[in-house]
Formats: sequence, C-alpha cells, structure tokens
Amino acid sequence: MKIKAQVAMVMHLDKCIGCHTCSVTCKNVWTNRPGMEYVWYNNVETRPGPGYPKSWEDTDRYKGGWTLRNGRLHLKAGGPISKLANIFYNPNMAEMDDFYEPWTYDYQNLIKSPRKENIPVARPKSMITGDYIDKPTWGSNWDDDLAGGSEVVPMDPNVQKLQEHIAMEYEKTFMMYLPRICEHCLNPSCVASCPSGALYKRDEDGIVLVDQDACRGWRFCTNGCPYHKVYYNWNTHKAEKCNFCYPRTEAGLPTVCSETCVGRIRYIGVLLYDADKVKEAASVEDPKDLYESQLSVFLDPFDPEVIAKAEEQGINRSWIESAQESPVYKMAMKWKIALPLHPEYRTLPMVWYVPPLSPIMSHITNESQLSAEGYIPAVDDMRIPMQYLASLLSADDTTVIRKVLLKMAAMRVHMRAKTVGGIDDMKKSKLLQEADITIEELEDMARLLGVAKYNERFVIPTGRREMDEDLHYKQGACSIEDLAPPEGMVTYPFERSEGL
Amino acid sequence: MEALLLWTVFPYICGTILIVATFYRFIYRGKSWTAPSTEIFEKKWLRIGSIVFHYGIIFAFVGHLMGVLIPIEVYNSLGVDDHTYHIFAIVGGGFAGLMVVMGLIFLLIRKFSFPRVKAHTSFGDYFTIVLLLLVAGLGTYMTIIYNTTVVAYEYRLTIGPWFRSLFTFNPVSGLMLGVPTLFKVHVVLSFLLFASIPFTKLVHMFSFPVRYPTRAPQQYRARDGYRKNEGNKL
Repeated sequence: MKIKAQVAMVMHLDKCIGCHTCSVTCKNVWTNRPGMEYVWYNNVETRPGPGYPKSWEDTDRYKGGWTLRNGRLHLKAGGPISKLANIFYNPNMAEMDDFYEPWTYDYQNLIKSPRKENIPVARPKSMITGDYIDKPTWGSNWDDDLAGGSEVVPMDPNVQKLQEHIAMEYEKTFMMYLPRICEHCLNPSCVASCPSGALYKRDEDGIVLVDQDACRGWRFCTNGCPYHKVYYNWNTHKAEKCNFCYPRTEAGLPTVCSETCVGRIRYIGVLLYDADKVKEAASVEDPKDLYESQLSVFLDPFDPEVIAKAEEQGINRSWIESAQESPVYKMAMKWKIALPLHPEYRTLPMVWYVPPLSPIMSHITNESQLSAEGYIPAVDDMRIPMQYLASLLSADDTTVIRKVLLKMAAMRVHMRAKTVGGIDDMKKSKLLQEADITIEELEDMARLLGVAKYNERFVIPTGRREMDEDLHYKQGACSIEDLAPPEGMVTYPFERSEGL
Repeated sequence: MEALLLWTVFPYICGTILIVATFYRFIYRGKSWTAPSTEIFEKKWLRIGSIVFHYGIIFAFVGHLMGVLIPIEVYNSLGVDDHTYHIFAIVGGGFAGLMVVMGLIFLLIRKFSFPRVKAHTSFGDYFTIVLLLLVAGLGTYMTIIYNTTVVAYEYRLTIGPWFRSLFTFNPVSGLMLGVPTLFKVHVVLSFLLFASIPFTKLVHMFSFPVRYPTRAPQQYRARDGYRKNEGNKL
C-alpha cells in the first residue's frame, strides 16, 4: 500500500448561479498575461452547450485521455513512439479558433478622438495580431445561458449522444452550469503525454504542475488532457495549466475560484488514496464500473491501519486529521452524492460534482400537498434528461445519477418536513429506502450543503515546510555541523536562473 | 591566408560560439529553451511544411554523416565503388534536399501569409529560415545539378578529411583550397548556421525527447526534491 494525499474539490452544481466570478478572479490572478489571454484555467459552461474550447468532449477529434486495448491502458492519441513520430506536427491539437481569438477594445479612441460629427467608439481589437476585428464571432462564454440556442446546443457531444430530443422551446428547455478547472487526476493523461517529463504530480498534495524549465513546447499535453485544461502559452511557447492555487493551498487557504465563489458551491478537502491501485482502478473493462473502481482507491482516514501506514510513509498528522474532516470525503465517499466528471476518460479526475436538482424541483407546483413518494416520479421525470447528466458524470450509468438525485430529494423532503411540516412520516421511509440513506446523514448533508461555514467547506492542511530535507540550506543558512549535506550529495554546478 | 582564416580560424570561432552559447542559454536562459510552435495559430500549412522539412533535414543529416564523417576508406573496404556511392548520394541526397527546400518554402510562405503567424514571427525566425534555405538550396543544387552536369565532385577526399581534422585540433586546411566555390560557400554558410543555433529557435533540436519511450508514464515529484535531478518516479 503506497498512501498518497490528494487535495480535491467538490462543486455543488445546484448552487451555481453561473456568475463567472470564479473565472474572472482566476483570470485576474493567473492568466492576464500576453500569450495567455485566451486561457481560462477556470471557466463556467452553460450546459447543454459545446463548452470551452468548442466541443472539448469530442474525444474522437482531440484524442484526449486513455483507452483500454487488450486490458491495458493506452493514451488515446498514441503512445510514446507514435508521439515521437508526430512530434513535428500534432494532428489532434486544438487551434486558436477552437478557443477564440482574444480581443480588447480600442478605449484610447474614446479619449483621443478628435472632435467629429459622430460619437467615437471603441472598436474590438485582436490581442493576437493587434488588428481591428470587425465583429468577434466566438468567445469563451459565447453561448452563456443558452444564447445561440438550437444553433449552438447540438455542438455539445453529450447532446449528440442522446437518443431523446432536447426541447429548445423557451418554456420547455433546461440548462445547468458546469464550472470547470483542471481535475488534478490520479491517473493524468497529460503527464503521460509529455515527451519531456515536464508535467508531474506532486507527491505531497497530488497537484499536477508543469515544470517551466523542463517544458519544451511539444504540445501533446494540450489535447492529451481530455478535459482540455492544459494550455499553450504562445508567448513563452510552453504549456501552462491550473495549479490549484498551490501558493494559497500550501498556506491553508482555498483556491481563488473557491474563495470568491458567491454561491459557495465549492468545497476543498484532502483524500488519502492508495497509489498502487490507481492503474488497476483505471483499467476496469466496463466504463460504467470506473466510478466505483475510482472510489475503491480511496482509503478510510479513520482506519487505524491506514493511519499507521500513512504516518509511516511520512504523511503528516495534520494531513490525516484534515482527511478525516474532509468535506470531499464526506460527499464523494460517505454519502456518495459527488460524482467525477467523465469517468470514462480513465484519468480518475479529482474535481467532483453534485448534480443539480433545481431544474427538476422547479416544476413541482403542489409541493405542500405532495407525499414523499411523489418525489420519486419527479426525479424520474426531470427536465434535464437523466442520460444527459449520466453522460457527464457517470459514463452513461443513469442508476448512479438517479440514486444521487433521490438522496438530494430525500434531503429536501426531510428538511422541509422538519421546518414547515406536512410530510407523512410513514411514506417518507419509501423515499429513504430508495435513496439508501439515513435521517442523520440527511441532516449532516443539509448542514454541509446549506449552511456550512468557511472552515467546514475548506479543510486544507498547510504545506509542512519544516519537514523538508535540507531546509536550512534552502533558507541559505548552514550554522550547525550536523546539517551539512552527506558526502557525495549531488549539487548543481550552476544555479539555474529564476524568472527568465 | 584563405586556409588560415576561412578554413581554420572561422570554423573554430563558429564551433566555440555554438558550444559556449548553447550551454550559456541552457543554464542561464533555460525558460527560453523550447520548440516555439505556432501550430495554435495555423495548422494546415504547418502540417505540410513542418513534416516535410523536419523529415527531410533528418535524412539530410544522416546523408552528411555518411558523406562527411565516414572516411572514403570505409566505403572502399566495404567494396562500395565510387560510382555506386555517388548514385546513392545523388538520389538520396537530392530527395532529402528537395524535401528540406520545399518544406522551408512552405514554412516561409506561411510566415508571410497568415496574420496571426506573421505577428509572432521575429527577426530570428526569418533569419533562420532564410539561412537554412540558402544552405539547403545550395546543397540541393550541388547534389542534383552540379554533380550530374559538371562533375560528381569527390568531397570525400577533401571536405570530409578537413572536417574530421577539425575535431582532432589538427586542421588540414590546405585540402579546402581546391574545392569548387559552390561547395566552399555551402560550407561557410553552414558554419554560420551552426554559430547561430544557440541564438535562435534551432536549439530545440538538442531536446529531442529520446528518453520518453523508456520512462514511466506517470511522473511524481516531491516538492522537497524538486530540483534533485529526476525526482522519484512510481
């Protein structure tokens, strides 16, 4: 058993109002630089819709993630040999137009324009070429709130897969928001796609990063990631990606997107997992089993054996305690209401989603007279086709989605009965039974999902620098004889420059 | 004088610049060391230009290894007579040279004609393409036209031994004096190209990821051991 800790996130989609505050604050912190104007480490998509970049879920085109051939995992875009043969041209890489051509406005014209008959205007100007654009035709949220309607929605690969017709009439349609960041996968295909070995997963917290000194700009990571969350900086000619705001998480603070989320939909916590089981878990035959097999790699942080092993392997006490308090553990493992995005990519993603319930409940009109059982058909007849959610979150397994939604409905029924009354307790048990959950759990869920405070939503242990080897050297001090490096220790002949 | 300046001092200056500046850039300007792709701006022309050029230049490189680095004695002892050698050299080399030239022309046109690419093409990028085009164009002309119409020049007796003698620090520069002017220009321009490598995007050739097929697919690094060579791998 090789125990590793992973900082993970849950997003509760029911609470997402699609305000893009996460995207904007993230952009202001990380990607407001030349070469990165088109990049959004965090973006919020309106679903159904093609997302950003356009139709990123089209794995036949971008060839992201893993496939199983003869029981073995292979990169969908081809292994190392085929990558080296294709290194001069990456056939599956997205172009700028798949994202969008970033633009600004010529605001100076508003100020500097000479006196004329007509009011001066700020014309859009490309941030790639510096030329004026007559009219921008696509952006990262061009289809926000179903703008584009029946013209744009069919570009969604999940919609193309649906048997059912999706109603686009205003009164009949549905939508939901899907905020996305890098998944910091347990089995990241971007890391395996990098010819230079520049991408890596950190031992301490599982954050996936790009070593900017080692990256040579071969670009296989950009489409090797099935979530399309590794980006090419055309200015430095290197790959960059969401870094889970590691300078903040190391200090025990939540990521910028989580901190600024007005709906408080995001939860961050630690999970302990067995790194030896990752490959096996990603290699199960049926994609529908991937959700359960991913859950099987996580370890119970209360199990004394796990605790002993973890401490033995250098996982700090505070990390184990955080794993026990982890809201992610509760939602993903204990209550099983949070689901991984597209488990069929076999990367074992670590940003989890609680599917939205509101669009179902909003069309129940007689809720005060409804029995608990009455909610079961409501879940089954929801406006968002269950297949659509299943296509996003459970590799097309609708039973998983149904169970989560029943739990959410049961929570709603129970809390409603508790506060305003009106539900027959006898009948409630039927819903509870189908949802497979207890009253105590429902109340815990309601607290975490509804009223949890900052320190319950974000349980992040600090990076423990004091445990580092050679810490005194890193601080530039060497006062004590014992701390001198062992003889023969490898040191660099030249210190590499920083910031160049 | 020509033997001293052009065929002794000049190559060593170029070689020194290549080695010293390459190491300097790798160590002190590490973050500028990439294959500066513009694929995100334009794909269709790149597909043709880049693939044809890169495979062409690999063939050409192998051809130069065979023609310049391997002594003529080796061919003689293997029983490859001059006629056979030159047929192979002209056909193979001509093909590789044409690929390089065609690829470069595609890439150069691409640089001009797509506004997004053009906006992100520096002087160094144009310089590299033009110099490469001169070197490769001359080489291809020599291989295909000069060798078949004038004379199949036996560079394995002059340029080859001279080039090898540079590495033993005992240059026999006199060998270069009787070489046809076309070949001389090709050699001089090539050395200029070598000297320009560390200052242009050409450095990416030293980073061809040969170790990729043998390494573990998943890379783990401890924050603590970030700069300790490899980090620990699963």
